[in-house]
Amino acid sequence: MLKSLRWKLILYSAITVFAILLLLPTVTSQLPPWFMKVIPTEKIHLGLDLQGGMHLILEVEAEKAVESYVERIKNNLKDDFKDRGIPAGKVEREKRDQIILEVSGEKGKWEKLLSERYSIMQELSSSEIGGGIWRIELVLDSKQADQIKKHAIDQALETIRNRIDQFGVSEPEITLQGTERILIQLPGIRDPQRAKSLIGRTALLEFKLWDEEEDLEAALKGDVPEGDIILYQRVVDPKTGGVKKVPHLLKERTLMTGEVLKDARVALDSQFHEPYISLEFDDIGAKLFEQITGANVKKRLAIILDDNVYSAPVIQERIAGGRAQITGRFTTDEANELSIVLRAGALPAPVKIIEERTVGPSLGQDSIRQGIISILISAAVVVLFMIFYYRISGMIADIALILNVILVFAVLSLLRATLTLPGIAGLVLSVGMAVDANILIHERIKEELRWGKTIRAAIDQGYHRAFTTIIDSNLTTIIAALFLYQFGTGPVKGFAVTLFWGITANIFTAVFVTRFVFDYLTLKVKIKKLSI
Amino acid sequence: MEIIRPDTRFNFIGKKKFTIWVSAIAILLSLGSIIYHGGLRLGVDFAGGILLQIKFSKPLDISEVRNAIEAMGSKDAMVQKFGGENEFLIRIEKSSEDLEAMSRQIQTSLQERFKGQTLEIRRAEVVGPKVGKDLKTNALWAIGLSFLAILVYVAIRFRQFSYGLGGIVALVHDIIITFGAISIFDLEFSLTLLAVILTIIGFSINDTIVIFDRVREDVKKMRKESLETIFNTSINECLGRTILTSGTVMMVVLILFFFGGPVIHDFTTALIVGLISGTYSTVYIASPIVLLWHNLVTIKRKR
Repeated sequence: MLKSLRWKLILYSAITVFAILLLLPTVTSQLPPWFMKVIPTEKIHLGLDLQGGMHLILEVEAEKAVESYVERIKNNLKDDFKDRGIPAGKVEREKRDQIILEVSGEKGKWEKLLSERYSIMQELSSSEIGGGIWRIELVLDSKQADQIKKHAIDQALETIRNRIDQFGVSEPEITLQGTERILIQLPGIRDPQRAKSLIGRTALLEFKLWDEEEDLEAALKGDVPEGDIILYQRVVDPKTGGVKKVPHLLKERTLMTGEVLKDARVALDSQFHEPYISLEFDDIGAKLFEQITGANVKKRLAIILDDNVYSAPVIQERIAGGRAQITGRFTTDEANELSIVLRAGALPAPVKIIEERTVGPSLGQDSIRQGIISILISAAVVVLFMIFYYRISGMIADIALILNVILVFAVLSLLRATLTLPGIAGLVLSVGMAVDANILIHERIKEELRWGKTIRAAIDQGYHRAFTTIIDSNLTTIIAALFLYQFGTGPVKGFAVTLFWGITANIFTAVFVTRFVFDYLTLKVKIKKLSI
Repeated sequence: MEIIRPDTRFNFIGKKKFTIWVSAIAILLSLGSIIYHGGLRLGVDFAGGILLQIKFSKPLDISEVRNAIEAMGSKDAMVQKFGGENEFLIRIEKSSEDLEAMSRQIQTSLQERFKGQTLEIRRAEVVGPKVGKDLKTNALWAIGLSFLAILVYVAIRFRQFSYGLGGIVALVHDIIITFGAISIFDLEFSLTLLAVILTIIGFSINDTIVIFDRVREDVKKMRKESLETIFNTSINECLGRTILTSGTVMMVVLILFFFGGPVIHDFTTALIVGLISGTYSTVYIASPIVLLWHNLVTIKRKR
């Protein structure tokens, strides 16, 4: 018995020391570097509700990526029909993933084209509608569509990561939630509005030609020529500061996108000292740009970002070297933001912010301060009450309670879990149950003493009896916590984590550690009277 | 020191006819209030909408803020004072799609209207309707499944279905009454209050198991006594512990209530009600349910 006491002393002390070591990074930041290498923990992370920051959930509209993919196929089809001399009356995208064709001419010719080059589009129906014209409905292969969606989401995640990295936020967390949602947590962020516009921007850069043959006025009245679109340019009047929207009639066909960008930087116009963005294309882009400019000298090329025309300069000559610039009365902030999103690449599909929680840093501090004050007061009251009511035994219980809290925090730092407000609620509940466990044991021991048992026997019996009760009530709660963890999200999960570890630590401290202290007092110190 | 003399013998179970009425009335009041108010007042977390907590640099009358918001065309906005003189909570419940843009618009137009002031956005929450709904369903599922797990575990541990049933009915009782209190005090059901519900589940089941455990032990000791007597004895034997534990926890919650600040005020209000109900329901709901079940089973067997 005495020997096992020694082993217990060693084991329990080791656990306590280890837990305290794990917590050191949380308590102080002035630790030697070798220590941080040995100890696997960092400072305990506080949730955004406690420290302030921004929490966003974005939904990737992956369907849109499918839509634009099918749109591209449709454009290619149109070109191929033209190249091969196949008369096509109608080539249109329908819904998200369908294309409707009306073709005539030699049947074998277009059948061959479709089966050879467009096998990812499946034929839904085809029928002759008279006059040698065939009407064909094509739909994108559903596996292919899923692939495109998945790819779009992965790429969106990657792009947003890049953008946030370049924006410069410490310890950002960007993860996929479910299949189509992206969770973003930016602790301690100063300028949430800018971060949001940076993240949410699609940043699709396109180059399109002006349609100089058609009439803009007529198009504005609703008669947009086939194959054309109207896009607008925001023009700020330098005198009044008012914003005007200037329409541009453009050919719908995109000649080039931002995919071929190598770099985008903010530069300063030497004449007007206005910032502009200088673009650098990669090899493919440079060649493509040379080709496009060479073929369209004296025409106007519009530079479009997210459906807004930024400028539409006249191409003076073939441009080699792969450089271009976007101008348009930017503020420095705007220009910086644009260069970041252009460098990080476009989102393959638009994203929508479906949840936002921003806690200003001052509110986080206030709630921490008030929370800590009230928790300290209540902890002090509980500790004093236990001593007042149970005397020495109460002190033993208090040691167990303090150890309990230390252990929970140690586990949290080891798991790199984040402490949130619901998490604190879980911790408070588990401490409540720890107090209950001690009260149960003490009341039992008192009961046994009343029956006239010796101190040893009373302690033995008291622990033995209380043990089943504590195990049952704690296990029931642990099971509930496990289910809440498994099936809950966010706050429910945060609550479940601290509750689970709180109760696990409680079984250890309230049952085993206090028992050890009692045993030590009766066997080693050989006390004659139990102060309980 | 002893709060309760060891020979205390209150007839707790004997008052069950009276207490069942108390519970029934409490539950009816709770459900009545919830139905009368057309359900709980869901916070932005669950209903979807916008919540802005804005601190102005100088004191400002609440009506000015209200007018400013109404001028923007948001008629269904709620503005209330929060904490200090110049801090306000603006809440708009809306399930429309572009809430994010709306929130931005409110912020900029407030800044424009009160030019001499600096605005600090202390908290901004924008929850899309889908997210709120997902959160609600998810939380309900998690709680429902954890109930089922508790039922199964308790039934197995006590080798009797009735104990599991008693525990769960008591749990449901406590939750209904807590929801009732939330509805009667017109608190907003938010994530924080969800944490209260979870805490009460933990507390209530703990309290019930402690008594049941004592009953299990006493059943072995007092084979000749009726189950009703045994329950009474067990509850009395545990009375000291029940008062100490509930008292300590209540003390803590009261401290949080008075010193915890406005952010957790709703939290503690609901918790106080739930804790009282949780302690009460062990004695007056969980125990009578077990007794009732046993009476039913023995009557059936006699036939």
